[in-house]
Amino acid sequence: MTSLLTAEQLSLGEVEDLFGLADSFLEVSSRRMPKVPALRGKTVVSLFFEDSTRTRLSFETAAKRLSADVMTFPVAASSVNKGESVRDTIETIEAMGIDAIVVRHRYAGVPHQIAGWTSASVINAGDGAHEHPTQALLDAFTLRQHFGSVEGLRVAIVGDIRHSRVARSNVALLASLGAEVTLVAPGTLLPPTVAGWPTTTTSELDEVLGSVDVVYLLRMQTERMREHLVPSLREYRARYGLTAERATRMKSGAVIMHPGPMNRGVEIAGEVAELPNALVVDQVRNGVAVRMAVLFWLLGSGVGPHDGPVESDPSGAERTVDG
Amino acid sequence: MAESVLLAGGTVVDVDGERRIDVRIDPVSGRVVEAGADLDVVGSEVHDVSGAYVLPGLVDVHVHMRQPGREEAETVETGARCAALGGYTAVVAMPNTTPAIDCAAVVREVLELGRTAPCDVHSSGAVTIDRAGETLAPMAEMAALGVRLFTDDGAGVQDPGLMRRAMEYAADLGVTLAQHCEVDALAAGGHMHEGEWSSRLGIPGQPAEAEEMMVARDLMLARLTGARIHIQHVSTATSVAMVRAAKAEGLPVTAEATTHHFTLTHAECASYSPLFKVAPPLRTDADVEAIRAGLADGTIDAVATDHAPHTQESKELPFEQAPPGMLGLETALALAIGHLDLPMVDVVRRMSLAPAAIAGVADVHGRPVAAGEFANLCVLDPGATWTVDPTVTASRSRNTPYGGWTLQGKVIHTVLHGEMVVRGGEALR
Repeated sequence: MTSLLTAEQLSLGEVEDLFGLADSFLEVSSRRMPKVPALRGKTVVSLFFEDSTRTRLSFETAAKRLSADVMTFPVAASSVNKGESVRDTIETIEAMGIDAIVVRHRYAGVPHQIAGWTSASVINAGDGAHEHPTQALLDAFTLRQHFGSVEGLRVAIVGDIRHSRVARSNVALLASLGAEVTLVAPGTLLPPTVAGWPTTTTSELDEVLGSVDVVYLLRMQTERMREHLVPSLREYRARYGLTAERATRMKSGAVIMHPGPMNRGVEIAGEVAELPNALVVDQVRNGVAVRMAVLFWLLGSGVGPHDGPVESDPSGAERTVDG
Repeated sequence: MAESVLLAGGTVVDVDGERRIDVRIDPVSGRVVEAGADLDVVGSEVHDVSGAYVLPGLVDVHVHMRQPGREEAETVETGARCAALGGYTAVVAMPNTTPAIDCAAVVREVLELGRTAPCDVHSSGAVTIDRAGETLAPMAEMAALGVRLFTDDGAGVQDPGLMRRAMEYAADLGVTLAQHCEVDALAAGGHMHEGEWSSRLGIPGQPAEAEEMMVARDLMLARLTGARIHIQHVSTATSVAMVRAAKAEGLPVTAEATTHHFTLTHAECASYSPLFKVAPPLRTDADVEAIRAGLADGTIDAVATDHAPHTQESKELPFEQAPPGMLGLETALALAIGHLDLPMVDVVRRMSLAPAAIAGVADVHGRPVAAGEFANLCVLDPGATWTVDPTVTASRSRNTPYGGWTLQGKVIHTVLHGEMVVRGGEALR
């Protein structure tokens, strides 16, 4: 296994390895010169079939801080728009000599397909409504940073679970780390079945608001009204929006998270996003360190998906080089 | 002058059951001239088929030949060759071609293309013009050319009023309406069975009810109109139960199920390979069990393949973009033997006799193996094992979901109107 396709695939040991690496890279990111030569000579391609400035920049920043060469594949301006197949695109890129492909696609499973067509590492940066494993890793890392541990935390994931890759990855990862996850959504925004999911479910945010440690809000896509999934944004906000009033009813010490980009005034009130217990900025900051960890884990020598612990501290090893 | 052909030492299984007899075929008349124990070998080309079954040629009421319009995926000739290799001597081509088979001109073209094919190719006709579900197609002019099955396959006729009229109109013509049961409004945007796996995989699903609602509706319309209805590719347990109840009530209904719906489940979609995308979608274990039970008790009359070739490129698209469908003709008989747990005589009923009746070709196919009958036969070695290699196929496409499967039971000879079109597992034309 040389790819990161799902959060579900990760063992507890692997998650701990990644978090250990991310701790180191967080320290690197705080330096005056936030760069290490850990992946010098490696080439990372970012291949975003679906626009995502935030995730793409986060990955590219991570790769550059590890001194990898970064190629951004401009999908919109490329032969993909002239009807080239994903497979041909991958084979073309691979022929140039690359080590990793960071892929985002609007359809579930495309990273799986790509992994079958290339020997490079494939990193899923979000595939349709399936998974977004680095988002879940950075979310869990942020919770670990804030609370010391994810185990035993009560987490409410609120909103459009049905269409959310963030939710699927977070359910898998947070549950495996020992959190108690509750999905909060009307039936229309839940998956057709959650039988077998390590979660509980409620349609009423107010039922769990006072008892959870984490309120994780998902972005509400405005087109959902057309699909008869919610009557109106107004009604959605009334039932599921984290308003200022609701924020006051949260448990003491509880935090607010959002994968971004936020719809202020819909799933989260503008002033709530600015509260000190809103960890949105921490999530973004940690995202770079976690993605550095993933890249190094997959591409760095001697480390990677494995059963044992990490043997060396990559940032420490490079400290003499980088000053 | 061609000498007669003697299939010696085999076990014949047909409507009259199972017996150890030799079969002599006259290639000139295209008929069986003698069937009995220990026939004289002198003057005949003798094929030792001891240990093998000699069966009436198989009939598939549901095949996509892709011609006209999608010749890069399949042609009538290549599709018919797949059929012959699979032991079929007759197939019914579905009308979702480009243009659709919705008038005499296109029927004539398909029949003409099939004239030299290594399998009898019958054409279905569309129920509505361009299969658009809006205007009745000229069924009588197509029926006059021999079309016996009408369907908008690939889509169901959505409008119940139009379907009612189609059934009434068809009843007078002595033809059968067949339905691809899928309520578009409920299935729309769904690319696999809605359930546990679609939820996990993040692939939009379509509920079983999208099929079942139309099965229920059409059974009611059969009651209302008295017209025959054939339910295509039944895939859910509830559909099977409804067909069973309708038959108990005496409604004029027949049903088919595909090989993939009794061998594969939606769990296969976890690979995200579009090879497992098909309409109706692969369902649950319980549905697979119900389909097998329905085939066992005769609720489901026929095994069909829904042989649906698609190019390699189109099957490498993202799952949600790839077209639905899988190959089936070359693997169906072995899968039926291996997965249905039916006595051979019932396999013959489901794959030859019943589909021949549904297709309206029972005067020529699915006949007893007896003197004077048309010699449309298939010879099966039930012990032969083989591994499915997607690149080894007569199809222009490779989209079998069974690549790498080891199957038991191989067609060695296929006889079409007295001519050996497959010999020793090789297509002769």
